[in-house]
Amino acid sequence: MNYYVMKNNQRINLLDIPTIEFNTLRAQLAATNLRPVSFFGSDWGQNVKLFVVLADDEKGELLVVSSLIDKNVKEYESITKDNHQYHMFEREFYEQFNIKPLGHPWLKPVRKNQDDYEFFEMEGEETHQVAVGPIHAGVIEPGHFRFMCQGEKVYNLEIMLGYQHRGVEDLMVKKPSNQLAESICGDSVIAYNMAYSQVMEELSGMEITNKAKLIRRVALEMERTAIHIGDLGAILGDIAYQMGKEVFGVTRTLVINTMLEISGSRFGRGLITVGGVNFDIDKDLSKKIVDVLNNVKNTVEKMTRATLKSSTVMSRLEKTGVVSNEIANELNLVGMIGRSCGINLDSRFDFCDEFYKDFERKSFNATNDAYSRFRIRYKEIIESISFVKKLLKKLEGYEKEDLCVPVKNFIPNSFALSVVESWRGELVHVATTDGEGKLSRYKIKDPSFNNWYGLSMAVRNNGISDFPLCNKGFDLSYCGFDL
Amino acid sequence: MFDTLKMKLHQKKQYIPDIKNAPMRTQFRGLPVLNNSVCDKCGACQGVCPTGALNINPLSIDLSKCTLCGACKNICKNSAINFSSYYKLGADKKEKLIVTEEITEEIYHKRAIEVRKEIYSIFNRSIKFRQVSAGGCNGCEMELNAAGNANFDMGRFGIDFVASPRHADGIVITGPISKNMAYALEDCYKSLPEPRIVILCGACALSGGVFQEASEINREFLDKYKVDLYIPGCPVHPLTFINAVLDFIRKK
Ligand code: SF4
Ligand code: SF4
Repeated sequence: MNYYVMKNNQRINLLDIPTIEFNTLRAQLAATNLRPVSFFGSDWGQNVKLFVVLADDEKGELLVVSSLIDKNVKEYESITKDNHQYHMFEREFYEQFNIKPLGHPWLKPVRKNQDDYEFFEMEGEETHQVAVGPIHAGVIEPGHFRFMCQGEKVYNLEIMLGYQHRGVEDLMVKKPSNQLAESICGDSVIAYNMAYSQVMEELSGMEITNKAKLIRRVALEMERTAIHIGDLGAILGDIAYQMGKEVFGVTRTLVINTMLEISGSRFGRGLITVGGVNFDIDKDLSKKIVDVLNNVKNTVEKMTRATLKSSTVMSRLEKTGVVSNEIANELNLVGMIGRSCGINLDSRFDFCDEFYKDFERKSFNATNDAYSRFRIRYKEIIESISFVKKLLKKLEGYEKEDLCVPVKNFIPNSFALSVVESWRGELVHVATTDGEGKLSRYKIKDPSFNNWYGLSMAVRNNGISDFPLCNKGFDLSYCGFDL
Repeated sequence: MFDTLKMKLHQKKQYIPDIKNAPMRTQFRGLPVLNNSVCDKCGACQGVCPTGALNINPLSIDLSKCTLCGACKNICKNSAINFSSYYKLGADKKEKLIVTEEITEEIYHKRAIEVRKEIYSIFNRSIKFRQVSAGGCNGCEMELNAAGNANFDMGRFGIDFVASPRHADGIVITGPISKNMAYALEDCYKSLPEPRIVILCGACALSGGVFQEASEINREFLDKYKVDLYIPGCPVHPLTFINAVLDFIRKK
């Protein structure tokens, strides 16, 4: 196979990426069992250049290849027909470049042209539709859900998104900034800003200090801890276990208020900047963080134990919203949701992050249901807390280092990529520069891009009243998907 | 069940008793504190500001655009820009959001929200909102949810988010208003009973924030309808939100 093999957080020369004939590429993609992590077009004079990045998770490598498609041709034979993992990517490519994947089984709008969206219809006795959104009952982002039901049972759920579409990718080329990166998906501020900053640093060949790298990772694990705790509360809120909801809610507050003490913002805004970080974690603060997290861990353990002893909680969680391992693989579910379905992917370890390599990667006994999604969070909270402590310990060795290094100009004709394991999972940022060293394309793939379809599969054959529970368990991003 | 109840004892009291004077951590970036006399007009701050919130002649920050990111403070070599942890930033007119050297916490708060008789006579005990996220990043949404949690507990003041606009007195908008949400937002607004209070929350809603130049937003709604309250932040802190609403519905 003809690929350029690269590592995570690396810059390569754009012109070194092999450009192969489309049908050859298509045959390769249809046959390989490597997962796509990025698939996007870029304007290339008369043509559109299609870039594909595959992940070899076992070797920790990323394989890049490209192909030129003439803008006048307007169509090609769909890859999804043979490999379902390309389903969303091809829809997105079609929407952005108007080149049609022929024979795509489900070629519907992704973020635009919502008026043209054709929902599936179902007819028969006892069948009915339930339409929800874009504005939901709670304080959450907008999206439209269309349930096809037979009686109380959900036969199919179709999810139409795009309401949050702001045109982020174009804006990232026009006016990139750390603040914009933080605002793409505001529940993953650290992950997004980290991926963006790493891509920018690679594009300009900057090497940041170990101190900055460690502080970023401390924040990343604290973000994971905080959101997971909040989600445990939200899951319990949806099954009316009020004590759990409130206790996890206030416990999350402790973590984000500590984040505020580090960075001045409860979500860590302003902490990461291209070139390093803006705020230090000194000995006193480090001790404070450890104390808070010990206290948090204690409460989370106690509350989880009490929760899982409750038979009313267990009867709602167990065997609700099951996604089988085969389906999860077929859909390329990633991150925490993937792990709750037995897919052992974690980009922190798969792509050999230097600071995680001596951390233990513990296995998880997946049961693929709402219970599994509850337990995976609990497991990851406890792990992240221990990671933070270890990272802070390492940080002591770099006390003298600078927080930030000077920013440099971009290197022309570059291609840089960064995969960050956000609390949801694999977040991929890719950027390219042109011959003059100006940004020419910015591509983002949120883990939700893979996982929204998993939610549809989870609610099939479940009672419609279990939808909120399934939804909270997945807790996917609207704005990260819509961009 | 006993384990569940034991958790209650373990947790003790969690709520903030005096929400109007709740202490804030000093690291919080709230009201800008500007020192025009030491500013040498180099413009470095304007160069790093992502939203064009700064003016240097004289030095001022427009809180409708400011994300409180702190980049201007970090770059200013004369320390002309600082942020206090003062969090009561809501105001009833956009002009009042412009902070200059003269504006202290007292001055800001005194003029920020004027009592309107028709509002406090009807709503001073309770006000219900429908929240619409129109391109919001989920930052402001998470903080609005947090305003109802056991710490901030705004429900005790009669402030709540409700599921239907028909049950709401007003609408709280977050996000820069994406094209794809413009219709739903207006539809929701029209479903409210009068007086249809409109509250904008967060830099995005107030001005477009970091998305001012994005291609897929549509802010026509704001040309058509009157806004009653502007609440700055990125995201809006729960204390900022609750205090702004309290100042709006109650006499000071
Ligand atoms: S703190 Fe406000 S004024 Fe200063 S750079 Fe950030 S957005 Fe601009
Ligand atoms: S103001 Fe900031 S936190 Fe609020 S929606 Fe906009 S980007 Fe998100």
